[in-house]
Amino acid sequence: MSGLVLKGVSRDFGPVKAVNDVDLEVPNGRFVCLLGPSGCGKTTLLRMIAGLDLPTTGTISIDGEDITHQPTHKRNLGMVFQSLALFPHLTVGGNIAYALRIRGLSKEEQARRVEELLALVHLPGYADRAVAKLSGGQRQRVAIARALAVSPRLFLLDEPLSALDAKLREAMQVELRQLQQQLGITTIVVTHDQREAMTMADTVIVMKGGEIRQAASPVEIYRKPADTFVADFIGSTNLIDIVRDGDRTMLLGRPSAVALPYGVSKATLSVRPEDVELVAPSSDLPEATVTFVRDLGGAIEFFLDADGTQVVAVTSPRSRPQLAIGDRVGLRLDPAHSVVLTR
Amino acid sequence: MRREPARGFVQHLPVIFPGLMLTIFFIVPFGTMVAVSFFRRQQGGFYVPDFVLANYARFLTPFFGNVLIFSLYLAIAVAVVSLIVAVPFTYLIARSRRQTQVIWLVALLSILSLSEVIIGFAWSTLLSRTAGITNLLVWLGLMQAPQALVPGFGAVLTGMVYQAMPYAVLVLYPSMVRLDPTLTEVARTLGASPLKAFFTVVLPALRTTLIATLIMAFIFALGSYLLPQILGRPSHWTLSVLITDQALYQSNMPFAAAMAVFLVLVSLALVSLTMFAGKKLEA
Repeated sequence: MSGLVLKGVSRDFGPVKAVNDVDLEVPNGRFVCLLGPSGCGKTTLLRMIAGLDLPTTGTISIDGEDITHQPTHKRNLGMVFQSLALFPHLTVGGNIAYALRIRGLSKEEQARRVEELLALVHLPGYADRAVAKLSGGQRQRVAIARALAVSPRLFLLDEPLSALDAKLREAMQVELRQLQQQLGITTIVVTHDQREAMTMADTVIVMKGGEIRQAASPVEIYRKPADTFVADFIGSTNLIDIVRDGDRTMLLGRPSAVALPYGVSKATLSVRPEDVELVAPSSDLPEATVTFVRDLGGAIEFFLDADGTQVVAVTSPRSRPQLAIGDRVGLRLDPAHSVVLTR
Repeated sequence: MRREPARGFVQHLPVIFPGLMLTIFFIVPFGTMVAVSFFRRQQGGFYVPDFVLANYARFLTPFFGNVLIFSLYLAIAVAVVSLIVAVPFTYLIARSRRQTQVIWLVALLSILSLSEVIIGFAWSTLLSRTAGITNLLVWLGLMQAPQALVPGFGAVLTGMVYQAMPYAVLVLYPSMVRLDPTLTEVARTLGASPLKAFFTVVLPALRTTLIATLIMAFIFALGSYLLPQILGRPSHWTLSVLITDQALYQSNMPFAAAMAVFLVLVSLALVSLTMFAGKKLEA
């Protein structure tokens, strides 16, 4: 198939399995985010795709061509590192032109391409600036322009926005996504920020302990998480125990309409805070006590205690229920908006 | 950032102390030397205060001119060879594990504990015909007969590079360790082979340190007076050898001082030229 294919890729560092038997397919032109907590192997996976680390076992191929042992400098990549690593001895233009200079392009061609790229990242006329005099966001753009200089086959970014402040980061996420769509380049971004992944990616790949837990579109990952780790890592969620009791299922001490898969006696129900509906207490619904109210202006969060299980509910200010700390409420958990997780 | 002007003795102390040290340990001895270089020598090794230019006039001869040129040539050769050997060496150390780094650095710095005399005679034995390394080459079948490599220019150069290496590594090591290793990784992703990345990224990024190392090794080599005598022929003697000879054995302090002042001036000129060239390269 065309695109990037990883088959059974593992990487051991001594006794530690940083990446464990990963299979992955990235069709050309796709924007993929590798998402996971620190130490989950996402950066190691990216470095193996770049050729900066060699897999212990497994193969990596692009468009059917096996590149597992191809040296990095022959892979035609663009990579943005977490530290950016702009060349301190070169100007902005010199940094961007580096790949072109290595390939022996003429000075005029280099200058033309540098201006093109600077326009692309909204920094026209910056070619002669010193790298040290740039702001964080500008350095970011220069690093991106440098990586895109030779129209690479793969565009790899390792935590590219982590050094920026929150506002700038959100703006750059949108910009990066638009840039990728404009160029149609296969892009893989490593991040630990789930908002970042949701904003940019066609496909989000959630990793933990060197393994892929789920690979799906952002909405699917949010709506249909594969397991409790993914459900908890992507956004916030309520994880509530659900048990089989004869021919019923019990949730927070009350019979529930949620069905358990055949042969499963105990599972976890994942309900997003916005899907927890707060109603007047009644005998057929789980009950809870309000322990804390966080009014964020745009949304109101209610922290509830249901017989020892903490449940969080979010409502919009318009539908604001008049609740105070200590009030008893009923919880309506719609089976259509919750997911039963058996792992 | 604006600062209040310093007032009183205590606030000036951070400036006064180094100024005092500089005066006592540099300006006074150097001034004495400059003054002595204009004094008149008397028979019997004494000299009296005077203002004569005879000491300077004396080395405006082809002989001293040649010695000066050879001294500079040798010092530059030592500086360049030291740099060429020390740069890859230090780079590899800086990229290795911490423990490996410590072992190599300790071994290298132990050279500093050796006296110049021991270094000189050790190399003179090592390069000799009877007990030298050529015997090893003969035993390996690489040479026909053992050869004496000492005295000679190669021997002087080898000995002095050996002596200058630890200093060169000491100057290079901190910057090499601090250099972001991802710089070379970036270069590789952009299409540069590891070797090309080294030459197009590592060396240019360390330019200031490289120039500092070059200057340090140059000055160091310029002052060496023992090794050229032990490992070289009289034609390999440097100005420092002649200065020592005049000062210690001929008891001609004014002439020795004049040569020393001249050597300082010439090396200052060369150092500023190197720094100027370095600045030019940066622009």
